[in-house]
Amino acid sequence: MKSKFQADKNGYYGQFGGAFIPELLYSNVKELEDNYLKIIESEAFQKEYKYLLKDYVGRPTPLYLAPRLSEKYGGHIYLKREDLNHTGAHKVNNTIGQILIAKQLGKKRIIAETGAGQHGVATATVCALMDLECIIFMGEVDIKRQAPNVARMKMLGAKVVPAKSGSKTLKDATNEAMRNWIGNPKDTYYLIGSVVGPHPYPDMVARLQAIISEEIKWQLKEHTGKENPDTVIACVGGGSNAAGAFYHYLDEENVELIAVEAAGLGVDSGESAATSRLGEVGVLHGSKTILMQDEYGQVIEPYSISAGLDYPGIGPLHAFLNESDRAIFMNATDQEALDAAFELTRLEGIIPALETAHALAVLGKMKISKDQVIVVNLSGRGDKDLEIYIKNLKE
Amino acid sequence: MSKLKELFKNKSTDLCSVFFTSGFPELSDTTKIIEGLSKNGVDFIEVGMPYSDPLADGLTIQESSSRALAKGINLDIIFDQLKSIKNSNNTPLVLMGYLNQMLRYGEHKFCEQCAASGIETVILPDLPMIEYETHYKALFAKYGISNVFLVTPQTSEERIRKIDSYTDTFIYVVASASITGAKGEISQAQIDYFERIKAMNLKSTLIVGFGISNKSTFNTVCKYVNGAIIGSAFVKFLDQKGVDKIDEFVGEILN
Repeated sequence: MKSKFQADKNGYYGQFGGAFIPELLYSNVKELEDNYLKIIESEAFQKEYKYLLKDYVGRPTPLYLAPRLSEKYGGHIYLKREDLNHTGAHKVNNTIGQILIAKQLGKKRIIAETGAGQHGVATATVCALMDLECIIFMGEVDIKRQAPNVARMKMLGAKVVPAKSGSKTLKDATNEAMRNWIGNPKDTYYLIGSVVGPHPYPDMVARLQAIISEEIKWQLKEHTGKENPDTVIACVGGGSNAAGAFYHYLDEENVELIAVEAAGLGVDSGESAATSRLGEVGVLHGSKTILMQDEYGQVIEPYSISAGLDYPGIGPLHAFLNESDRAIFMNATDQEALDAAFELTRLEGIIPALETAHALAVLGKMKISKDQVIVVNLSGRGDKDLEIYIKNLKE
Repeated sequence: MSKLKELFKNKSTDLCSVFFTSGFPELSDTTKIIEGLSKNGVDFIEVGMPYSDPLADGLTIQESSSRALAKGINLDIIFDQLKSIKNSNNTPLVLMGYLNQMLRYGEHKFCEQCAASGIETVILPDLPMIEYETHYKALFAKYGISNVFLVTPQTSEERIRKIDSYTDTFIYVVASASITGAKGEISQAQIDYFERIKAMNLKSTLIVGFGISNKSTFNTVCKYVNGAIIGSAFVKFLDQKGVDKIDEFVGEILN
């Protein structure tokens, strides 16, 4: 029987998902929809994808039992070290997969959106690897606050185009990428960075990130003798690292799934990105989901200290996990995330990305039993956030 | 019969339509613009509902939308403005915006308000055909609302024929693979595309839009289809010259 947590043939998870795109994008998306499963399930794709993940990205990433963190919060806390991937985050799992799909479809020009710049760097990286033209759309505001990643993308040969419309952040970069795709329907592949966008993107990206939970299963078995932890925790902006960490546990109802959103200055402060708390059903970037919007359907600008969580929607899978209570949605403020980042650094010698720090920040809000096995998806490393960390460094 | 269907029954060549952004340049300009366009011989008018994330629109309409939103335009104000001229206005009006606006406003309430405001035709570019079939066809029919679909150079013949079967007013023929905004003259490839669609002998009226900006581009496309829509060029004109000079803009195209 097919899992209810898998997209149906029209890309729906319950009431969420679908492909709400103008006719201008119909042929682009249809070509991908008709081909993505065939390609992903082919032996040739799997062979090259797995080879690149191993020898180029450095997978499998370790599953590390964090002793001092466990001592502090109780239970057995494991960190899935996606921060050790080439380019510093889980994002590359997806870009490796999609670049192989783009090549298979004969595309010559790759476009992508980026918020914090992690997906932009991961895209520019695989474009350099495959010798393909790369254009990254990035909000003007994000270009300023993520300068090191902008430099990386340029060094990798990508053209970084500032998105100057709207709030000049991730949402607007996504709009600009889609507009560019409208104008280039034949030779261009749109490499989306999260489990968002029109069908088949949410399903495709989830499948490409599923390697995270595939590895957790056998690694945890080596550690504990059991494949299933009691709890998996991951942060959610669009939700790709969470989708990957949850994927192989979605139907294992005894595994508790915790998705952590960015509360910004506080859920009700008016400066937040806690979509599941503040959103209503709506359509954004081609899918029906939970969306931060006003009473007339105008999209509300989210806020978070972390550019990667600063998105007014969540992927349709997550909207469904929230609605069906399969996942528990928690949140962490800017300050709680900063505190968690400093704490992990001092306890385990690991500097996490600000996005990831939100996932760590809920450990202190949970009731953890002595034998509870918890996996936190350590989605990225903190190099890109050093400027913010330095500002908040207490001597 | 709707005003638009009536119009198409009586006129099938050189149909001139103009798009504007509601509440732009000023919040109260909506009715003045409709009156100005009607008085100067525009056949039907597209009333734009400003949206925060207009995916299919170029810079001009993006900017006019955000400026109108900043001034406080919303759907209730637009419907009130349209109601105030419902009895005096005879020019067919088409409401154009994005699906999420209707979703959030409430689908039934939206349709009720359309009917009460003299709106008989809507264009929601991001409402896909499959969603229309399953969720909106019956609802729109109940309120006497016609839905307009877009076709592009990439749309297959099979799909165009299906769209034709769902259409009782016009098919919006997007002039090229592109978002809205002026692009200069019409190319041979575009003419081939218009001729290809024309040769399909569809029952629907064919109106070209996106990139039609002046007399020359308007006249060129009208040789191949029933008419054309001018949008961004008019929005830009309003920004520069205001609502009192609409006769100048329309005169330039039609005379």
